[in-house]
Amino acid sequence: MTTLSQTSKSFTFHWLRNMASTLSSPAEARELIRNLMLPVTGILVFLVLWHLAAPQVQTSLGAFPGPTDVWEQSGQLWQEHREQRARADKYIAMQEERNARILADNPEAAVRIRGYPGAPTFFDQIITSLGTVLAGFLLATAIAVPLGIIIGLNRHVNAAINPLIQVFKPVSPLAWLPLVTMVVSATYVSDDPMFEKSFLTSMFTVTLCSLWPTLINTSVGVGAVDPDLLNVSRVLRLSFWTHVRKVVLPSAVPMIFTGLRVSLGIAWMVLIAAEMLAQSPGLGKFVWDEFQNGSSQSLSRIMVAVIAIGLIGFLLDRIMLKIQQRVAWDQ
Amino acid sequence: MTHRPHLELTGVEMAFDTSKGPFVALDNIDLKIRKGEFVSLIGHSGCGKSTVLNIVAGLLQATRGGCVLDGHEVNAPGPERAVVFQNHALMPWLTVYENVELAVQQVFRKSMSKKERRDWILHNLELVNMAHAVDKRPGEISGGMAQRVGIARALAMQPTVLLMDEPFGALDALTRAHLQDSLMKIQQDLNSTVIMITHDVDEAVLLSDRIVMMTNGPAATIGEELEIELPRPRNRVTLANHPQYVAYRQSVLSFLYEKQTFPVSDSNTSESGSGDEPNETAAAKEEEETAEERKLRVIG
Repeated sequence: MTTLSQTSKSFTFHWLRNMASTLSSPAEARELIRNLMLPVTGILVFLVLWHLAAPQVQTSLGAFPGPTDVWEQSGQLWQEHREQRARADKYIAMQEERNARILADNPEAAVRIRGYPGAPTFFDQIITSLGTVLAGFLLATAIAVPLGIIIGLNRHVNAAINPLIQVFKPVSPLAWLPLVTMVVSATYVSDDPMFEKSFLTSMFTVTLCSLWPTLINTSVGVGAVDPDLLNVSRVLRLSFWTHVRKVVLPSAVPMIFTGLRVSLGIAWMVLIAAEMLAQSPGLGKFVWDEFQNGSSQSLSRIMVAVIAIGLIGFLLDRIMLKIQQRVAWDQ
Repeated sequence: MTHRPHLELTGVEMAFDTSKGPFVALDNIDLKIRKGEFVSLIGHSGCGKSTVLNIVAGLLQATRGGCVLDGHEVNAPGPERAVVFQNHALMPWLTVYENVELAVQQVFRKSMSKKERRDWILHNLELVNMAHAVDKRPGEISGGMAQRVGIARALAMQPTVLLMDEPFGALDALTRAHLQDSLMKIQQDLNSTVIMITHDVDEAVLLSDRIVMMTNGPAATIGEELEIELPRPRNRVTLANHPQYVAYRQSVLSFLYEKQTFPVSDSNTSESGSGDEPNETAAAKEEEETAEERKLRVIG
């Protein structure tokens, strides 16, 4: 196994060298190698160490999964997803066929198509989690940015709200969750609910935990507008709204975006914890179910989820960065 | 002057509340300015030149006395008293054009059509030779260019009085000379009233109709006034050895460095005083002034 990693490593070097030789200038090639080499080396070293260390850790479910087990299981999960999809398609097709037959006999008949009742796959859970985190994050943003502007503009409001922020900011999602669950169950009563209760619980928990960085950064950004620019605004006699729109907000945009990026990171972390604890659909539930399942593959499958969670978190941050670069004037 | 002055400061006193009780920065300032006059305020750091300017701008309220412009008391900022700040104070997220547009939109929203406003913005940018950079952001142009845009923005408000707070203080000598020449030309063409704060004796003599010299703070007031009766247009090269120019220069220098020697002990008090000052802009400016003065002292 060690030799395999070594061969793959030297293969990478060859590949890099070949690629470099096709580039026009040697300086360019050196630049590319320098930019790629260190991250690639870091990942390879990590994989090797992981590979070596994993078998040493024995658990009741067998040895801790190494990179190869995880790779295998990710393929397995994709396979399961495709099979499940195929079954679901068949199930729907069967219903449609049957409905068509019923309608042919009796055009007045009330027919409907029921969704496939099978368990959601790993990839379904990813989609669910992404939807929940975005909803929670958007709600947090919708609360935090306007509130942050008010706090930043007014010293008195700031003094009144700041202690509350300081107290609620460090609260763990696990503490909020039971309260949110109870409140959602008690207040969201509907015969034909638009949202699942579990979705609302996860979403509100994400909102409660992730709005603080945006709130704080927005208020600091709004409060830190260059005094010269404030004087320009006064000399021009800008109205309150024009002042906020044309001077305060643009000036605070870089800070707001920094807050949003931190918030989105927290939102994603909190969501996984909330889903695990609340058993609401999503990646967290996948992890918890696998843990409860306790088969010999469970640890590998959880590790696949861990890596997927990490990659998605990284991707979300990259997307925010791209948005920031498009919107913020200082980028 | 037989007729009423254009701008008049009467018995202005400015006291800041500090933890050690009130700090009187300005006391008994009386100043009359004619229409179209170019007045420079010169004095050592911490003497409250910026405070005088801020009172005229309406950004600060005098604790006693007041400022009257064309028969109206000044008690709030307004575009008829446009300010050119030391560090251009352009919105970094707006382009050159949009920065001037923000001002023009505000001042001429009702009185000008869209097309007229556009022409007026471009006209003012042309005045300061910045029409070529309308789509650039302040971060993409040099400090001198940004300062030109700051001046264009102020001119575009069509101010009754143009207030300039060390407009060229942050620029290198060559750029400064270039901008001074532009300013002289623009001021002569528009015949606008200008109050300018400066540290630079040459700049004051070259540009001004009158130099107002301030005594050291605390409780700073006007020490001397000097009418500069050099013919316009003025040329810095030919004036350099002009006996009258040299004499004016001499008398300002003698006021600053003989009658009002640089307050060595005061540099400490002004620093500790500035920390207590409620106005952070003023405090920051004060520190910069101190640094600038130290440089002057080393050279002198």
